[in-house]
Amino acid sequence: MAERILMDGASVARTLTRLSHEVVERCKGTEDVCIVGIRRRGEIVARRMRALIQKFTGADLPCAGIDIGMYRDDLVSGFFVPEATVNSLGFSVDGKRVVLCDDVLHTGRTVRAAIEALFDLGRPAEVLLLVLVDRGGREMPVSPDFVGKNIPAARSENIDVRLAEIEGEDSIGIARVGAE
Amino acid sequence: MLKKDLLGLYDTSAEDILTILDTAVGMKKLLTQNLKKLPHLQGRTVTTLFYENSTRTRCSFELAAKYLGAGTVNVSASSSSVQKGETLIDTGYTLDAMKNDVIVIRHPMGGAPHLLAKHVRASVVNGGDGMNEHPTQALLDFYTMREKFGDFRGLKVAILGDIKHSRVAKSNLFGLTKLGAEVTMYAPATLMPQGIEKMGAKIASSREEALAGANVVMGLRIQLERMHGGLFPSLSEYSKYYGVSEDLLHYADKDCIVMHPGPVNRGVEFTSGVIDAENSKITEQVLNGVAVRMALLFLLVKNRQGGEKNE
Amino acid sequence: MNKYLIKGGTAVFADRCEVCDILTEGNKIVRIAPEIEDAEAETIDAAGLHVFPGLIDMHVHLREPGFEYKEDIASGSAAAVRGGFTQICCMPNTAPVCDNAAVVGYIVARGKEAGMCKVHPIGSITVGEEGKQLSEMGKMKEAGAVAVSDDGRPVSDARMMRLGIEYASDFGLLCLSHCEDKSLVDGGVVNEGYNSTLAGLKGIPRAAEEIMLAREIILAETLHKRVHICHVSTKGGVQLLREAKARGVAVTAETCPHYFSLTDDAIMSYDADTKVNPPLREAEDVAAIKEGLRDGTLDCIVTDHAPHHRDEKLVEYNLAAFGISGIETSFSLSYTNLVLGGVLTLPQLAEKMSAAPARILGLEGGALAEGQPADIMLADLSESYTIDSRAFVSKGKNTPFDGQTVSGRVKCTMVDGSIKFRE
Repeated sequence: MAERILMDGASVARTLTRLSHEVVERCKGTEDVCIVGIRRRGEIVARRMRALIQKFTGADLPCAGIDIGMYRDDLVSGFFVPEATVNSLGFSVDGKRVVLCDDVLHTGRTVRAAIEALFDLGRPAEVLLLVLVDRGGREMPVSPDFVGKNIPAARSENIDVRLAEIEGEDSIGIARVGAE
Repeated sequence: MLKKDLLGLYDTSAEDILTILDTAVGMKKLLTQNLKKLPHLQGRTVTTLFYENSTRTRCSFELAAKYLGAGTVNVSASSSSVQKGETLIDTGYTLDAMKNDVIVIRHPMGGAPHLLAKHVRASVVNGGDGMNEHPTQALLDFYTMREKFGDFRGLKVAILGDIKHSRVAKSNLFGLTKLGAEVTMYAPATLMPQGIEKMGAKIASSREEALAGANVVMGLRIQLERMHGGLFPSLSEYSKYYGVSEDLLHYADKDCIVMHPGPVNRGVEFTSGVIDAENSKITEQVLNGVAVRMALLFLLVKNRQGGEKNE
Repeated sequence: MNKYLIKGGTAVFADRCEVCDILTEGNKIVRIAPEIEDAEAETIDAAGLHVFPGLIDMHVHLREPGFEYKEDIASGSAAAVRGGFTQICCMPNTAPVCDNAAVVGYIVARGKEAGMCKVHPIGSITVGEEGKQLSEMGKMKEAGAVAVSDDGRPVSDARMMRLGIEYASDFGLLCLSHCEDKSLVDGGVVNEGYNSTLAGLKGIPRAAEEIMLAREIILAETLHKRVHICHVSTKGGVQLLREAKARGVAVTAETCPHYFSLTDDAIMSYDADTKVNPPLREAEDVAAIKEGLRDGTLDCIVTDHAPHHRDEKLVEYNLAAFGISGIETSFSLSYTNLVLGGVLTLPQLAEKMSAAPARILGLEGGALAEGQPADIMLADLSESYTIDSRAFVSKGKNTPFDGQTVSGRVKCTMVDGSIKFRE
């Protein structure tokens, strides 16, 4: 079965804009807010958020990517050496309201690892989770604060998020694993 | 894949050597970023059982184990206790009973790690045994060579110094010949062991011949007690006729690297100019040593993963 | 009086093998003939077996007095009859050293008490085997010593050795020389060569053995005295002996089963049961030892039976004791590697393991003949078995041959007309 496009470039853009407004609304402004994206696509989502928020509030929020390679929970069971880079955000998260961004929320394991990584860097006052797509299938008690689109998907399905910075276009599709 | 123990490179395949080196690449990437908190050996114990002093090797193993999350214990036994104290096998039984997962042994007598390995459940790593082998030193040497040259095939490695008593020279020879490199050795006749050419080494008849076109110039530490044993007359005579100076280094390939397992006797094996030159990898070897030992411990434990701990 | 009729066996004589019956009475062989009938004699059915003169081992270590935890005279002589030996000569490196008539007398008495094979002490050349002062050879001879040797601690001082050879000859005692130049051994534990380098173990050069061997030849030649060379292990040593014998030097020599059955490839396991002095050598040495046995350069086969406690072998190779417990495997290894290997005939094997040692030391026995002592060994040459050190009678289980399959099994050993071992 071929991939089915669920969101095109225009709808991804609309969704991101909506999410940026939700963040500012929920945080009652931009004070003490910073944006951290889980590498690699989450970081792109984070940078888009930052740009959008700056556009309508004028506030230039601190924004950085975070590497969770050293924090994965399958390092021991899988016995592999992670491809990880050292985390250095360039700003402090102590007492900050951190909006943690990722492209797709699935089992929640990545988010768990990201929270652990975040806490190795400081003690945020609050961590909020923003995802472009929530596909369900949680294995951890993780729930997002901001969701671009809920796309319930079976294990046998892949959610493909394409972002202009990497693939040259914004779009989201769904395909069966192993399909063309 | 890798066996229970790493006792020497003589019976380690080229494939296993390359697996260790490949794994060490990832380890070094993390280490150079100061990322050294891997969880793979959490809840495991690595004991260094040293019957010979060696701060360098012991630290390297201990840090490698710690960076992987293992608990470490150091047992230092003086050489004299080898003869008077508890037998090696009894010490092995004791360490096994204490649930060690890996025992790194350094011992002044060849074959001691083999004896220990036969009697313990823990994985045994040879950290240098007498005149026999020092496999992890050779592995870190290979890592250093590969980092510079990418491939071993056709690589010309010159090893100069006390070959006869050198476990480093032998482990290098065993590994390098398997990997396709060409090893040339040069030493005073009193410090050249019998039969080494049958193991694949080319014996040079002069320093110049040994160095000619070499990509790697490796010096070996000369022990002062060899001089007292009458194997060569003096350090100054040794350095004059068997040492390597900047001038002599011109015989080697212009892109060659200089290596030494350390600690170096400055002005004896190498002149300071050689040791401190830009192409000297002597310090880099130390970092690579940690990465390679991490890779080895990682693989040995992974191998047993399925993977019971020693319990 | 014991009377045995050994019936239907193939007797191994000096010049032939022949099926015949052998009648013993008391401690003597009284009759050898094709068909003997004797109603009074107890018949031993030897059909299918070979009948050898009792084997004689002129180089063993019985460890008593002093090291009874390794072996004692009772266990060692019981092991000897299990191995087909009817006479053994034990080296003096005990504690105290067998350097005086009292210790010689003690060993003789303990040997008789054990009542297995005949035990002949060898006295030391020098007091305490220290190479400084001659032992009381005359008194030792009178007490029962059959030769002198500083085995294990060779006399390094050439003048001392010369005096030892000369003085011993006054009493008809032969000097047995363990040839080893200690300065060249220099802490070595295995043969110096490819394998010592490979194993990273310190080597003992062949020269360490050959230099002293050459010294003993020169002493024998210039003094016109007899000298016997212990456990020859090198190709060069065989060559030195061959040349000396050709010149008419009164030198005799022995070797051991491990020097023609095993090369130093065996050390690669780091199993200290392969640690022996002189060390196991290389293939060309093994070939030369065999050739030396074949052409008569090497007169006899001894075991250098050197039992050790397990704890002395289950340690680092460098720290392990030298020596192989060999008296129970000697015949099978010799038959398998020399006779089946095409080096010696059966009469030649009997010569090397019985007649020659008797002749060299002037002992009774060594032949199947009427009037000779009834020292007889029966072996089944068609039987193959696997060597199992756990089954050794000797306290020393230290053998590198454990698990090896060999041919020729000792079935019965008779000493002075009494059966001491029978399977």
